[in-house]
Amino acid sequence: MSSETSWPLWEVFTQGNAGEPFEHAGSLHATDAEHALQNARDVYARRGEAVNLWVVPSSAITASAPSDAGPFFEPGNDKAYRHPQFYKVPQGIRVF
Amino acid sequence: MTQTTVPQEDPALLAAFEARIAAGESIEPKDWMPERYRKQLTRMMAQHAHSEIVGMLPEGNWITRAPSLRRKMSLIAKVQDEAGHGLYIYCGTETLGVDRHDLFNQLLDGSAKYSSIFNYPTLSWADMGVIGWFVDGAAIVNQTVLAKASYGPYARAMVRICKEENFHKRQGFEICATLAKGTPAQKEMLQDAVNRFWWPSLMMFGPSDKDSPNSAELLKWRVKRKTNDELRQRFVNLTVPQAQAIGVTLPDPDLRYDAATKNWEFGEIDWSEFWDVVKGNGPCNVERLEARNAAHDAGRWVREAALAHAAKNARSVSAA
Amino acid sequence: MAAHEEEEGGVAAGEAKSGVGTVAGPRQAPLAAPLVEYLLRLGDDRLILGHRMSEWTGHGPILEEDIATANIALDLIGQAAQLLKLAGEVEGKGRTEDTLAYFRDGVQFRNCLLVELPKGDFGDTMVRQFLFDAHSVLLWEALAGCGHAGIAGIAAKALKEDKYHLRHSSEWVVRLGDGTEESRARVQRSLDRLWKYTAELFAADEIDDAVAALGVRVDAAGLRARWDAMVNEVLARATLTRPAEGAAQRGGRRGRHTEHLGHLLATMQSVARAHPGATW
Ligand SMILES: [Fe+2]
Ligand SMILES: [Fe+2]
Ligand SMILES: [Fe+2]
Repeated sequence: MSSETSWPLWEVFTQGNAGEPFEHAGSLHATDAEHALQNARDVYARRGEAVNLWVVPSSAITASAPSDAGPFFEPGNDKAYRHPQFYKVPQGIRVF
Repeated sequence: MTQTTVPQEDPALLAAFEARIAAGESIEPKDWMPERYRKQLTRMMAQHAHSEIVGMLPEGNWITRAPSLRRKMSLIAKVQDEAGHGLYIYCGTETLGVDRHDLFNQLLDGSAKYSSIFNYPTLSWADMGVIGWFVDGAAIVNQTVLAKASYGPYARAMVRICKEENFHKRQGFEICATLAKGTPAQKEMLQDAVNRFWWPSLMMFGPSDKDSPNSAELLKWRVKRKTNDELRQRFVNLTVPQAQAIGVTLPDPDLRYDAATKNWEFGEIDWSEFWDVVKGNGPCNVERLEARNAAHDAGRWVREAALAHAAKNARSVSAA
Repeated sequence: MAAHEEEEGGVAAGEAKSGVGTVAGPRQAPLAAPLVEYLLRLGDDRLILGHRMSEWTGHGPILEEDIATANIALDLIGQAAQLLKLAGEVEGKGRTEDTLAYFRDGVQFRNCLLVELPKGDFGDTMVRQFLFDAHSVLLWEALAGCGHAGIAGIAAKALKEDKYHLRHSSEWVVRLGDGTEESRARVQRSLDRLWKYTAELFAADEIDDAVAALGVRVDAAGLRARWDAMVNEVLARATLTRPAEGAAQRGGRRGRHTEHLGHLLATMQSVARAHPGATW
């Protein structure tokens, strides 16, 4: 219909409170990083949802493939020795 | 959009996909999905996004006339949210590999559909109350179940949207409740708006289940969770007591409570009106599309300039 | 027509024996108390500009911008509501922010002319906003430390909002100025057309002197110099040419507006005025 080029797509990550991890909030279109930050502020933080923002060009994100799900993540499921509950502490010691 | 014939899906993949749906898992953008699922989702999400965007117009029509500063701010914030809703959902379609620009062009050239309700004119300030109460109320009924839809990005957009819709409905109902306690002219204005928007609001849920060809498949794949008629009934059951509470009547002589089913039974919907509006012959179809096109055309030089500027900057950065 | 009126006027004047004493009036209608006038100026600027900005809601060049301009409109109208509320309280005649917004006529509005001009195209809107924001940020910085607690409080909050507006509008002026050939030409025209309305932002009069005595003091000359520097910096990045200082347009502070304000108010006040005394 028109030959107009779209503005690039960006992914927006918001930090709800200082010290918390950044979470993916959604995406938007903007022409450059500063522009994306401004748009992210208006689109994803207008109700005070964020104290910090990250914007990342969507094209820069590499995602694991669904077919990777097994080999990538399942081997982590049965390594109980990575969790503190795996280890016994003599009774009466309370620092844990 | 590709025009190839629907591919024969691999039965094993399809079975695995349907098992995941049955187990209540959510489908993510890169997961395997049947072509029909992708198509149905794109269609539904695009229609939903278009509705949010066109939906800015009837209410935007009263921003400049809102009768108090508080109401003016609420209305701007509400219409602004609808822009956000459109944006969130378009972003969801982009995860399906569909460019927002292409979808937008389908809206602009009239080939895409959007909710029929936004083709009705807003004629008085009371319409701002009644739209919030009925139209956003109906949207909440719809979207609350969509927040459990099987496609992850759509469901997540719905969760965010539902939070905002609650503000929309409450501000609308507050306007109505205030008018209902106001001067005789205000009461009359309110009742008139209720009379105009009641039936179109019931039509928002779409054709009756027996005339809704896509429903079965959409339900099976949890793209939809409830039938049009179930949702419509839920909306009526929620809304009638609210009307009673503020003392307005609903324009349906057949409305009555059925103690056995605990439903408010309502009269026959005029489906010929519904199909008329859907086919483009509603009172404002032409104006709505003209307004969207005018904004898009008037904004082209702005969008192009921003891109050109970013390109210049990128060049000068890489040259440095 | 004119000759006829003059003739009638002549007869009437001739009959009035006491003559000069009764017919000679002040050059201008008296102003309200200085602090009230001052607050109306601040409040009306933001009400009218916010209203103009709100006209974009749903009609912007791209969805992201619909959301951004709505935010700016909301901030400005919110500031106006606070300022007009305070004006009503200081005046002490029971007028609320809504009475002041909806039940004054055009000649009773005290906004500068810049803010009431039609929104024009997106470039006009962004240039106007930029010229205003640059002034507003500096003004709030000064007022945030002023000797009137009510004004200082409003200023501190508004300063944060307007700093963001300035960032938004100045980036757009740069994008449009240093964008395409078409955008550069358009936005230079916007700047040229709007420039003559900027002087009014700085025009100090006896109201400013009077409120300075109450502790609401702004260094007008210093503010102008800083505004010049800010504007020059952005215009340079935007590759735009700063217009020469020519004849200025002003009058809004005394209720002498452009014809545009009347139409804006006719729309804005229509519902409220059709139902006087109603609650919304
Ligand atoms: Fe919405
Ligand atoms: Fe919606
Ligand atoms: Fe809504």
